[in-house]
Amino acid sequence: MRKILVWPVIALMTLGLAGCASDKKQTTAEIEDASVGAGGVSASGLGSGSDASGQVIGSQAGTVDDPLSRRVIYFEYDSSVLTDEGRFIVEAHAAYLASNPGMAVVLEGHADERGTREYNLALGESRGAVIGELFQGLGIDPSAIRVVSYGEERSVALGHDDNAWAMNRRVEILY
Amino acid sequence: MKRLILAVSMLALSLSGVRAVALTIEITKGADGGIPIAVVPFKWQGQTALPVEVGDIIAADLYRSGQFNPLPVDDFLSRPSDESEVKYKDWRLIKAVNLVVGRVTQMGTDRYAVRFQLFDIFRERQLAGFRWEVTGSDLRKIAHQISDKVYEALTGRPGAFDSRIAYVTLLRTASKGSEYQLMVADADGYNPMQILRSPDPILSPAWAADGAWLAYVSFEDGRSKILVQNLHTGARKKLAEFPGINGAPAWSPDGKHMAMTLSRDGNPEIYVMHIASGSLRRLTNHSSIDTEAAWSPDARHLVFTSDRAGRPQIYRMSAAGGRAERLTFEGKENARASYDRTGKHLTLVTNQGNGDQIGVFSLSKGSLEILTDGRFDESPTFAPNGAMILYAAQRGGSGLLSAVSADGRVRQVLRSESGTVREPAWSSLNR
Repeated sequence: MRKILVWPVIALMTLGLAGCASDKKQTTAEIEDASVGAGGVSASGLGSGSDASGQVIGSQAGTVDDPLSRRVIYFEYDSSVLTDEGRFIVEAHAAYLASNPGMAVVLEGHADERGTREYNLALGESRGAVIGELFQGLGIDPSAIRVVSYGEERSVALGHDDNAWAMNRRVEILY
Repeated sequence: MKRLILAVSMLALSLSGVRAVALTIEITKGADGGIPIAVVPFKWQGQTALPVEVGDIIAADLYRSGQFNPLPVDDFLSRPSDESEVKYKDWRLIKAVNLVVGRVTQMGTDRYAVRFQLFDIFRERQLAGFRWEVTGSDLRKIAHQISDKVYEALTGRPGAFDSRIAYVTLLRTASKGSEYQLMVADADGYNPMQILRSPDPILSPAWAADGAWLAYVSFEDGRSKILVQNLHTGARKKLAEFPGINGAPAWSPDGKHMAMTLSRDGNPEIYVMHIASGSLRRLTNHSSIDTEAAWSPDARHLVFTSDRAGRPQIYRMSAAGGRAERLTFEGKENARASYDRTGKHLTLVTNQGNGDQIGVFSLSKGSLEILTDGRFDESPTFAPNGAMILYAAQRGGSGLLSAVSADGRVRQVLRSESGTVREPAWSSLNR
């Protein structure tokens, strides 16, 4: 039990230090060390991931033919089945990653606001996992792939209509 | 990259209880036919100002339950503070059925004696009476305990006024981005304390039955994890941070086990962890989504959400494992079920084709009653006595907490001055 009480102090100290440092990766690792059985992969980090997605949505409005410029895969309601277009984009990224071994990829799954939060967490996970499996099938090293689901917590469109929901049902391919 | 640095520098995780703005309660749908009760303002015997109007708190509690109709104080013909001063005729004249009187006496610096008596006007006798000695900071708590005693004496069911709620607030600002706070407050929204603050999502707070621990899901460094936190000391312990999702924590009634959703072995499944040892037992094994487990009060069963039949529906299985039995068939979708204290009812989120609403499912009849009319109602949680259900709703693009009586007659809104409020969880009775 003593160990348990110590943990938050360590966490607080590390997080406090993180306030001054700019290296988030290191912070993450230190917290993981204090835990039991964490599966430690943390490649690109979350913040840079969010940056990448922001750029992609902007550029999508333009005309870009290169599928590698599209890093957001959209899904139907309550579905984790890839559309033909989604599969085309995923395959392009898989080919790129396969020719650039050593790159780590984070698949960030999301859901629209309908349905319960925990169910949507699971749904975002399933969406990410589908792409992860396809990546593996296309020759990407499983250890280079990490799936993280934010469920409905990180919407890119804040409306309550079909258009907003369609934008939010997505997986972001981050590397 | 700029955003990353900003996010890290703001990762100020606060574990100590920080006082915050109280939720304000607004009754949005009242009920007729509550028990007419007179709550006399408590007599104050002290030099300084009375710290807390105990009588007002009791009257407000009883009104919010929907089962009482507290009479206007201006109509009272006398203001007794104990039995010797009660004239039953005065109360029959204003058509009160029951009467609450009491007084607060200063015993020393920050020391108060509180006494109350509950009377039956027509049988002209006392139904309950009690005396406490407390500090000023406990006066609200004592007022809620008096409400509980009145409620129990007159309805035969335990009251739930002296209980607490946990909830999550989210404030989005252009300068700071998102700020999530995990809050704990009295059941009437007073005494809100911030127990965790993070720029990353906080989800699914769940109370241990002893009221001393909360479990929750935090994304505080970019991955989901299940933590438990002691509310007295602020001490935290990480229970689960496996690859994939770590979600939907639910304490077993004895507080020794935690049901949770993990996707570490492929897809989201329900596991039960022995908290002391960390050992895991997998309960479900299905290629679909299984999540949102909740224990029956006798700990023999768990209900959970699964989309194994195509859309999310509620299933039940033995806590020992085995086959899952589908419980809900009405409506397009049903999710996030949890038991009331009797184990006879579930409250859940139902979609009948017109958005998400809160329903009560009778396990004996297999029938579903829909209590709300929103489009984004979610996270229902029974009061510990089963009389009310607290849930999250949306109004004007912002999240707020609402409460509805289990019979649907009374509805109220708990509003925060800033930000959006979500994911309420009601504690057990602290007894």
